[in-house]
Amino acid sequence: MLKSKTFVKKTRAGGVLKIVREHYLRDDIWCGSEVCKECKDEAPVLQEDACIESNLCSYPHYLIPDTNVVLHQIDILEDPLIRNVIILQTVLQEIRHRSAPAYKRIKDAIHEKEKHFYMFTNEHHRETFIEREPGESANDRNDRAIRVAAKWYADHLAKKTNGGSLKVVLLTDDRANKEKAEQYGLIVYRCEEYIKSLIGNPELVDRLALQPDDQNEITGSKLLFPEHLPLSRIQSGIKNGVLLQGTFHANRDNYLEGTVFINREGEDINEVLLQGLQNLNRAVHQDVVAVELFPKERWVAPSSVVLQDDSPNDEDAEEDETENKLYFGNSSILKPTGRVVGIIKRNWRPYCGMLSQSMIKEATRHLFTPADRRIPRIRIETRQAANLAGQRIMVAIDGWPKNSRYPNGHFVKNLGTAGDKETETEVLLLEHDVPHLPFSPAVLSFLPKMPWSITEEDLKVRADLRHLGVCSVDPPGCTDIDDALHCRELENGNLEVGVHIADVSHFIRPGNALDQEAASRGTTVYLCGKRIDMVPELLSSNLCSLRSNVERLAFSCIWEMNHNAEIIKTHFTKSVINSKASLTYAEAQMRIDDTTMNDDITKSLRGLNRLAKILKGRRTEKGALTLSSPEVRFHMDSETHDPIDLQTKELKETNSMVEEFMLLANISVAQKIYDEFSECALLRKHPSPPPSNYDILIKAAKSRDLNIHIDSAKALADSLNNATVENFPYFNTLLRILATRCMMQAVYFCSGMDSDFHHYGLASPIYTHFITHQEVRCYAQRASVAFHTQLFFKNKGIINEEGFILFVRKNAIIILIPKFGIKGTVFFDNKDKPSPHLIFDSEIPGVSVPVPESEPEAKKPKLDC
Amino acid sequence: MAGLELLSDQGYRLDGRRACELRKVQARTSVFAQADGSAYLEQGNTKALAVVYGPHETRGSRSKSLHDRAVINCQYSMATFSTAERKRRPHGDRKSSEMSLHLKQTFEAAVLTELYPRSQIDIYVKILQADGGNYSACVNAATLALVDAGIPMRDYVCACTAGFVEDTPLADLCHAEESGGGTSLALALLPRSGNIALLQMDARLHQDHLDALIEAAMTACKGVSKVLDGVVRQHLEEVSVLTRD
Repeated sequence: MLKSKTFVKKTRAGGVLKIVREHYLRDDIWCGSEVCKECKDEAPVLQEDACIESNLCSYPHYLIPDTNVVLHQIDILEDPLIRNVIILQTVLQEIRHRSAPAYKRIKDAIHEKEKHFYMFTNEHHRETFIEREPGESANDRNDRAIRVAAKWYADHLAKKTNGGSLKVVLLTDDRANKEKAEQYGLIVYRCEEYIKSLIGNPELVDRLALQPDDQNEITGSKLLFPEHLPLSRIQSGIKNGVLLQGTFHANRDNYLEGTVFINREGEDINEVLLQGLQNLNRAVHQDVVAVELFPKERWVAPSSVVLQDDSPNDEDAEEDETENKLYFGNSSILKPTGRVVGIIKRNWRPYCGMLSQSMIKEATRHLFTPADRRIPRIRIETRQAANLAGQRIMVAIDGWPKNSRYPNGHFVKNLGTAGDKETETEVLLLEHDVPHLPFSPAVLSFLPKMPWSITEEDLKVRADLRHLGVCSVDPPGCTDIDDALHCRELENGNLEVGVHIADVSHFIRPGNALDQEAASRGTTVYLCGKRIDMVPELLSSNLCSLRSNVERLAFSCIWEMNHNAEIIKTHFTKSVINSKASLTYAEAQMRIDDTTMNDDITKSLRGLNRLAKILKGRRTEKGALTLSSPEVRFHMDSETHDPIDLQTKELKETNSMVEEFMLLANISVAQKIYDEFSECALLRKHPSPPPSNYDILIKAAKSRDLNIHIDSAKALADSLNNATVENFPYFNTLLRILATRCMMQAVYFCSGMDSDFHHYGLASPIYTHFITHQEVRCYAQRASVAFHTQLFFKNKGIINEEGFILFVRKNAIIILIPKFGIKGTVFFDNKDKPSPHLIFDSEIPGVSVPVPESEPEAKKPKLDC
Repeated sequence: MAGLELLSDQGYRLDGRRACELRKVQARTSVFAQADGSAYLEQGNTKALAVVYGPHETRGSRSKSLHDRAVINCQYSMATFSTAERKRRPHGDRKSSEMSLHLKQTFEAAVLTELYPRSQIDIYVKILQADGGNYSACVNAATLALVDAGIPMRDYVCACTAGFVEDTPLADLCHAEESGGGTSLALALLPRSGNIALLQMDARLHQDHLDALIEAAMTACKGVSKVLDGVVRQHLEEVSVLTRD
């Protein structure tokens, strides 16, 4: 079988290696034509009567396209009319290097029997192989190889048909190549010329890609992004006010849009909108960037489409459509726009996500899709792509060259199979930057030695409150009980109410490793079925947990109140308590409701509940808001920890009872510390939002002919209370969810630095966080809930449930399913089916073609929390 | 840049071979007059030189010698210029000692060592140019050198590698194919009896494919054995013509 062997030396750049490879030439590569009897091909691909009516070629012929024709006119070649085409190995290899999608498409065409595409291995054929001549470029050599192969075919077929009619036609758009081929005695046409000559198939011409005449030299890499400015110029630019410095936030719903928040005092512009890849100029979410403002006439309103970057997995695919994809909103509120001119500080971290494998099987470059939609896809190089498919992996960005559509990165580690509970939890924790490693020995060394008990000295300096009927009320299954309550009647007829919190400061001394660790963790994170502690378990679940019937150190806030819940005296003390009962909300509620129970604890609870109602009423009077966000709870299977059912959280009277006293304690403490340390008290305020924030809420209410007044917190609260629609009880909750979105972020501040202490949401003149009872919902938690919801649905299949539309975007709606607390985006247009004609009216969010009622539920919405 | 396509849809490999085809094997024996036996072998671009001394009295300490058979001493080395990257290769590094050990095991299975108790046979192999299948080239060269030295063996020992790409076993891998990340199996065969002298495999392979892969490697080994046999016969003819008178 082996006839002839020639050795070809190939050199490859990059550390100048001389790679020597063997190159065997064969004489058993067949021409693949039915006509040829000499070639012993068992199943010839090319037909004998290769007829397509053409003005130019009136004879049966085979087509040989060159690389650029295949690359640019792949649409034509894919047309079923075009048959009997010879794809040369040289061409196929060049395409493989230049465009993965085109390579995939041409390979599919070769595999399709009906197309009669034959792939001719000319590089290994004894008569068509040519060596690169001195001074000849690789491209010229390949062009020559194509001509030689075409010539061989022409001669070969002529011989077999005794000078018969069957011919080959070379298609090339390269003028120089065409001339050379003509000199060489080949039939050669330009692709456009040939396609136009086809009789009876004028529709093919439409599929012809327009070519700027033979300017299709391989231009190596072209620049996609403008150059970044050097840091020195950025600095001077910022100093003289030409440039603005800010943190870049990518838009979650639209990868072509982002906002830069200018974090400088005294700047009238604090947000700059960026649109389009060019203007984003390689900024990644959370980077500190320098932006240049556009003149006012280019200011626009943020677009309201949802765009996900799912262009084909191509190296540097041209994104011609991107500009067209930018729909400009035509609303009257214009925002300043600009472009990124330089990066001041990258805030890259390793990202979790999935690998999207390249279409070429042996490729080592793949795109990585991060879990966080705000992060662009990252190109990584790996040889183990097949192993990484379906796995959650971690990738770090290395850089973003200006000629690359995507940033380059590298694989860091494999976290495990996607969909796996442990893996996904790990992903959540990593993505939200929750430190979740076990505590280090250094940290643990500061824990008190067990067995621990309260000493005489402790008792000497602390108030002994062990005799009081203290009890705690928490969610079921709670082991870290950090607060407890009591209430009793004093001899003078007044009531004594106490809030006790675990005295963690007794165990954690300032500045030691334990303190630092707790500070860096910041909070205990509650996930479904898992808790990431802020302090080691010994403290959180034992010594600092106010469990029943054990003596614990506490910090108490004790009020003397009259029966109208007016505070007469406030008193703070370190104390020793002994909780008499740790109850769940439901248990506490039962005790209050059960008239037969009359023990101390129950009486105390009833007192607390009564006072709480008065307090709440008073707070509402002042304009405190009751906002809402959907929350769900899972019933977990005790064995597998899979969620078996889920329900939205129900709020009982006792929930708000506990909350009320926590608020009261916080307000009292805030007042106290402000009195004591008027310059440096750590307080929390919640600024009132600017009226424009309420637009979406007002619009939404208008759709049901309701008016929302936003003049004051009180007015808002009242109008929210009145905003009910008959037969639609959930509407009010929806409005409250929307109202949450209008709010400003509450902030901590130091009393010496600000004069406005007002807390808008709670309608309190002063506030701090002495204690937070309800677990602070952080993102990791929400994502965990989302994940478990998805896990739940995975087992359930498709179900129908009622949902409500929250927002309408130009090409999608965002819906909420209250039963599961899921928010999801439903796109109108599918990839495979064109979008219905929709008219978008930004004034009244709505789309003129109503979506069938069942559609949102039928699809499994993509989770978006 | 995309990786290399090891096997095209048309069934051609990088260098134009089909899946089951060997590279061109060329060899010469008696290349050195000094040694008892020597051979030079090219398997495609992989080139190996083997030299055999012995059987002779055990050198060094007596304790190494065995009372019932000969000791086989193998030394494998690679020339500095053997790979694309010029690199000093110290003797006795991990890779070459492992390779030496493999060669020793292979030839202990083939040489009739029991004929030479208390003696030693030295086999030195050097890779002059490496392009995949170093082990098999060494075994094949050493076999020829042993034949040249007139040391009795059960059979030729023929070695060949095989890989597995796209559900197809590939015979006699070149360097590009070996470093492609797939499975590579090296097999040394005593062709007439069909006994396997050594079998070594890197990377994972599904058990279902193992038989096919071993089968492919054995077929390749048999192909090699034909070439070696031809080389030996031709050499004998030449020698007998020269020594006829």
